[in-house]
Amino acid sequence: MTEFNSYTKKVMELFKNPKYVGELKDADGIGIEGNVVCGDVMKVFIKVGKNKTGKEIIKDIRYQTFGCVAAISSTEALARIAKGKTLEEALKITSKDIAEYLGSLPKIKFHCSVLGVKTLHKAINEYLEKK
Amino acid sequence: MKKRIYLDYAATTPTDPRVVKAMLPYFSKQFGNTMSIHSFGQRVRQAVEDTRMKIAGLVHAEASDIFFTGSATEANNLVIKGIAWANKDKGKHIIISSTEHHCVLNAAEWLGKQGFDITVLPVDKYGLVKPESVEQALRKDTILVSIMHANNEIGTIEPIKEIGKVCRDAGVPFHTDAAQSFGKIPIDVERMNIDMLTASSHKMYGPLGVSALYVRKGIKIEPLLHGGGQEQNLRSSTVNVAGVVGFGKAVEIAKKEMKREARVQTRLRDHLIKNILSKVEDSHLNGHPKRRLPNNANFWFAYIEGESLIMKMDAAGIAAGTGSACSSLRLEPSHVLLAIGLKPEEAHGSLRMSLGRFTEKSDVDYAIRVLPKIVKNLRNISPFKGSWKT
Repeated sequence: MTEFNSYTKKVMELFKNPKYVGELKDADGIGIEGNVVCGDVMKVFIKVGKNKTGKEIIKDIRYQTFGCVAAISSTEALARIAKGKTLEEALKITSKDIAEYLGSLPKIKFHCSVLGVKTLHKAINEYLEKK
Repeated sequence: MKKRIYLDYAATTPTDPRVVKAMLPYFSKQFGNTMSIHSFGQRVRQAVEDTRMKIAGLVHAEASDIFFTGSATEANNLVIKGIAWANKDKGKHIIISSTEHHCVLNAAEWLGKQGFDITVLPVDKYGLVKPESVEQALRKDTILVSIMHANNEIGTIEPIKEIGKVCRDAGVPFHTDAAQSFGKIPIDVERMNIDMLTASSHKMYGPLGVSALYVRKGIKIEPLLHGGGQEQNLRSSTVNVAGVVGFGKAVEIAKKEMKREARVQTRLRDHLIKNILSKVEDSHLNGHPKRRLPNNANFWFAYIEGESLIMKMDAAGIAAGTGSACSSLRLEPSHVLLAIGLKPEEAHGSLRMSLGRFTEKSDVDYAIRVLPKIVKNLRNISPFKGSWKT
């Protein structure tokens, strides 16, 4: 973990060039987590499809984030990791996976990666409950 | 070349090259310890006393009432704790305001745990302390009132003269933290009824590591540091000669240029405020529209967070500040913005741009061009569109 006031190059790269920002109009599952009072709210949209073996996968993913650099790059990292994964695999993504993808996160920002995982779980569970 | 525009003068200022030049001889050629009786000591002692006179001159005080410290935080701690310790037989009540700098707030809070009684006065939506509220809070056992001159975040200038009058009439020592205003707007300790005042060097183009405290004669303060008895026994430590000399040069420059600088910066500030408020939807000014430091502009933008905003601006070459929780070590939004009535989510979206001596109109125009695009970009990322509902 890095000290406060310093982000890894990878964090800044994702923050500056996010690829998965936006909405999915025909999303199969939507998850919202966080609290404006604390300063971070994440919204994740997923589209579910099937892979060659017939397993359900995250065919597409988009997100919207209100929050700091760590919150935005954590959701971006989450989207990059989750895309193409089976729902089963996606539910196993941990906050540690996100932090590792980002190189590292400042200690006091670690909760951003936790929030990302929770938001994805909510989106997947919403889909599974609707099914 | 990549642009690098500094709009964070309220955090710290660059040392003026004229100041650096004045300091240089005092590192190796004109070195000495002011306590030494030989010529090396006497020469630097004279340089330190010259600065004392310059500082006194800028605020209409007596040179023998000026004391050097290592920082404004130290000066404020010295006042708050030193007055408390020296006067606890008289009373244990201290009055401050809710928008004071953390060094005043936290020193007072610490005293609260030692059995002192601290009143934290509220401010209005502009950050102003009402002199009447000071009057109402005063008690027989009040030993100190400390209200800042100008706020470091939102730039609001407090009615110090009126508050000072209330304290003077009640016979209670009055301190003002002028770290942000000293050298930027006129201060007169006589006319403004000030008994103690904190002045900082690095906020007005002097070096870091030196500050001054004015203490009117007759006020009892217990020192924080015990040692060789420097600064009339109020602040033991070998005097930071080069720092003090630099501070003196900065004061000398301010005395000559303050008026013109304030005029130029006020114009740039108002140009910046007017344009940002008109070009960015859902943008709001924090602090008072008129009663504010010439160099301070502070906004909040709905639906985005300040640390992201600062980092996007940094990528575009502009350095600024925010009161968002996410940029603080404590993960709490600015106590100043909450005190003026902002909701936490509103305080998260705050941005402070503070101008200075070396700010050009083209710098401000660049910020006016770039900032609306950055806010728009972050609002695209945000789940909140025109309301706080997701």
